[in-house]
Amino acid sequence: MSELVAAEDVLLFVNAAVTATGQREFRSSAAEQRFSLRFVHEYVRVNYRPVYAAALALDINHHNAALVVEQLLRTADEAGGPEEKRAEGRLIGARLAMLPPPRVYRLFRVLRAAGVNNRRTRAIVRAWLATRPDPALDAVKYRSGLKAALRHVHGRLPDAETGDFLFAPGSRVRYENPTLDAFRRARYEQGALYELPFTVAEGFAARHGVPRAVFLERIAPRMTRLEQLRTERAADLSVMPLTRLALYVLSLPFGERVERRAELTGALRAAARRAAGPYAGSWGRVTAVLDDSFSSSGSAVKRRRPLAVALGCHHLLEALAAPGAYTPLWTSGGDDPLLVRPYGPTPLGLRILDGLETGPDRLVIVSDGWDNAPPGLAGEVLRVWRSRLDPERRTSVVHLNPVYDAQGFDVRRLAPSVPAAGIRDAEDLAALVEIAQFAEGRTGFAELRAYLDRRVELFLKAAEEGGRA
Amino acid sequence: MTRIDLTGLDVRPAQVWGGVRLVPLVRAEPVPGLRLHRKVYGGLGAVDLPDRTTYTSYVPHGFVADWTGAGSDSAPVPGAGRESAAYGTRLGGGGGGRGNGGRDEAPDCVPVRRIHRMAKRRRDKDGRAESRLRFLPLHLALEGYLALHFGGPSTVWDEWSREAVRHGLSPRAEAAYAGWSVPGLTEALRIFEVHPGQCGLLLYVADALAAAFVVPHPDDYRPLHPTLVEDLYGELVHQYAYYGGPVPEFTARIRDGAGGIRTLADLRAAAREQERAWAVAHDGIMARDLLETSYAFERAYRAGPFDLYRFLPPFERGGREQHIGELITDRKGRTAYLKTFRLSENQIRKGYLLRRLADCEWHLGRTAEALGTSYAEVVRRVRSAGLGTFLNEHSVAQRLRENQES
Repeated sequence: MSELVAAEDVLLFVNAAVTATGQREFRSSAAEQRFSLRFVHEYVRVNYRPVYAAALALDINHHNAALVVEQLLRTADEAGGPEEKRAEGRLIGARLAMLPPPRVYRLFRVLRAAGVNNRRTRAIVRAWLATRPDPALDAVKYRSGLKAALRHVHGRLPDAETGDFLFAPGSRVRYENPTLDAFRRARYEQGALYELPFTVAEGFAARHGVPRAVFLERIAPRMTRLEQLRTERAADLSVMPLTRLALYVLSLPFGERVERRAELTGALRAAARRAAGPYAGSWGRVTAVLDDSFSSSGSAVKRRRPLAVALGCHHLLEALAAPGAYTPLWTSGGDDPLLVRPYGPTPLGLRILDGLETGPDRLVIVSDGWDNAPPGLAGEVLRVWRSRLDPERRTSVVHLNPVYDAQGFDVRRLAPSVPAAGIRDAEDLAALVEIAQFAEGRTGFAELRAYLDRRVELFLKAAEEGGRA
Repeated sequence: MTRIDLTGLDVRPAQVWGGVRLVPLVRAEPVPGLRLHRKVYGGLGAVDLPDRTTYTSYVPHGFVADWTGAGSDSAPVPGAGRESAAYGTRLGGGGGGRGNGGRDEAPDCVPVRRIHRMAKRRRDKDGRAESRLRFLPLHLALEGYLALHFGGPSTVWDEWSREAVRHGLSPRAEAAYAGWSVPGLTEALRIFEVHPGQCGLLLYVADALAAAFVVPHPDDYRPLHPTLVEDLYGELVHQYAYYGGPVPEFTARIRDGAGGIRTLADLRAAAREQERAWAVAHDGIMARDLLETSYAFERAYRAGPFDLYRFLPPFERGGREQHIGELITDRKGRTAYLKTFRLSENQIRKGYLLRRLADCEWHLGRTAEALGTSYAEVVRRVRSAGLGTFLNEHSVAQRLRENQES
């Protein structure tokens, strides 16, 4: 019994760590989300510390990865022996290498504010800083972050020039390093702007009064991929990850979506094929029930995120299913995935019935779990289906939920018999479906631990190879 | 016409958030020929009424009813509005071809021309009447309630003060809460998922019907849905929301025992049955008091084939829900527009008392007999209803003393 409870707790944590970002959701405020998430973190950290650390190897989102690292470093004394500490350290190091630098700098700042300055923390921060490819760029782009981190760990930069740039800014007339020198010159020379990173140059451009259009035109080569998307420049859609692409598509007005139909659909399909990788075409007959009700509009800070996940899943499942054996069913009844919009109620129950009628091998439900027309019908349909019509489990049903339910400390489930997994990026669908199988309540903690150990091993191996390359 | 007729509106499953239950009403097809728009005021309004009284309240918005008849699918083009002005003018005269246009004859509720009026014909720049009517939602109904026996005593009994005899029961005041101050209502309305074709909403707080709102066209409902949060809600609604806990969702239950369900078709039929069962249960149990009470309707305006009414409940004692409100009906008496306000227990009591007083020609002694109670008790009730200032204290005291002595 306790084994099952433990397995449930761990899966609950994984679901929370995949979906929750501490931001406002459609049905709960940012404060509620953060409060709820903090409890889940603390609960799992205290009770299942090794699993808590192992979560770093899973596809949890950046917000939670940073939280896990912070919590682990804050409570270093609870880790147990040196062996466990080393294992944690390796996981933290590997995960930090994957996080975007602004988030890592923010994490370091949080550690500093919390007064966490044990030897292990200092070593980890120093190791991460040593892997940064261009300290001068970091010094310009993440100036205060880098400064705070160096101060905190009593670190020293390899080159004296960057050190002076940060800590003794007036001491040199000019810098040998072109980035640092561009920063110096950008104060009075407009041309130097365009040698700086976009975010830094933006401030200088405002100070020099450079017209926005001119500035964007000239800075374009220095922009990152996401910055290009954000400023609505013709980004290269063929390299965008699936969910980002779906979000971009949904941000376009309907007219433009229709005009660029071929291009957008092509890009979405290509991204889905890339995400599917070796699994493409291997899932047999697949039916998806996709939620495009009003609640999939997300919140002001997560605009249309649940809908974008559903759209991403639609294309990914199309790639995963055997050719021609995929049926998408949107809750609104629409049949054009490119023109979806978050509108209307969530008649999940009837849609699931439609889905079951197609006789699929797999039924995937992507929804926030608020089934309201009529409420609770989806759960009843799935229960009766499982107990009366399909007891031998010919069809596997899985529910993917992009929204963390702050009140329930988990993603909202449709029925106890249907495994539910949190999802943030549609790309992780295959891995999440694998985890969701543990949630049927029939596998024990030992199997789950074995699965986690395998994931940790793969993760560390990949990180080492990445480090060497 | 004594009842509210919601023919053509189907109930859909409710959506629950905390103590608030929202029941959507869906039309298979919109009411042809009538549209509603919103006109934002967002301020305190002083409404001049035709009988030279003034109604003062916070008026967040007005509605514009448009019976251009150009079709229910699009907003009227200016040309179309002018074209049908003649049509509208004729009808504004009050049916039966009395001629003379709606301009001179003030319909029942249309007040004199000053800042605001409860319901007013819109005119274009040249002063020609358009077939559009602006009215103040809910305030029209509330004014009807406030003006209940506003004229005061019809007979000069000496227990009533001279003020009451001369000027009527003026001033009368009622307090209400704005929607955003009712706990949980804002959030519930924000996350509500509007159904396709939805034309109305029944709003329950702690499972007591707080308000009903119906519009003629789904495209009108969507922009008007947020106005529910600016509407007035009675004291009762606020208290229920404040003290009431979360209400349970009526979740679907499919009985699958003993070979009930063998195929997917059975399962689908059972699912459909769930929806039907809810609609029956709702109309029969939850909305019964609204739909089965007989109201006193008073026509406020006649707009083409549509009639704008306001209604008052029978002010019955005994715990039944009592709503005031206004509605627009088409020729067959079906509801095109409806907005109600739930009276609190005190307001019902006051209405009841005024009705009985008026029935007994404002004679306190006879009223006491009619109510089966004592003179002193009637005086107490008049005072607790906030009408104590209209009594002549000296005469009342004298009567009370006489009663005691005898």
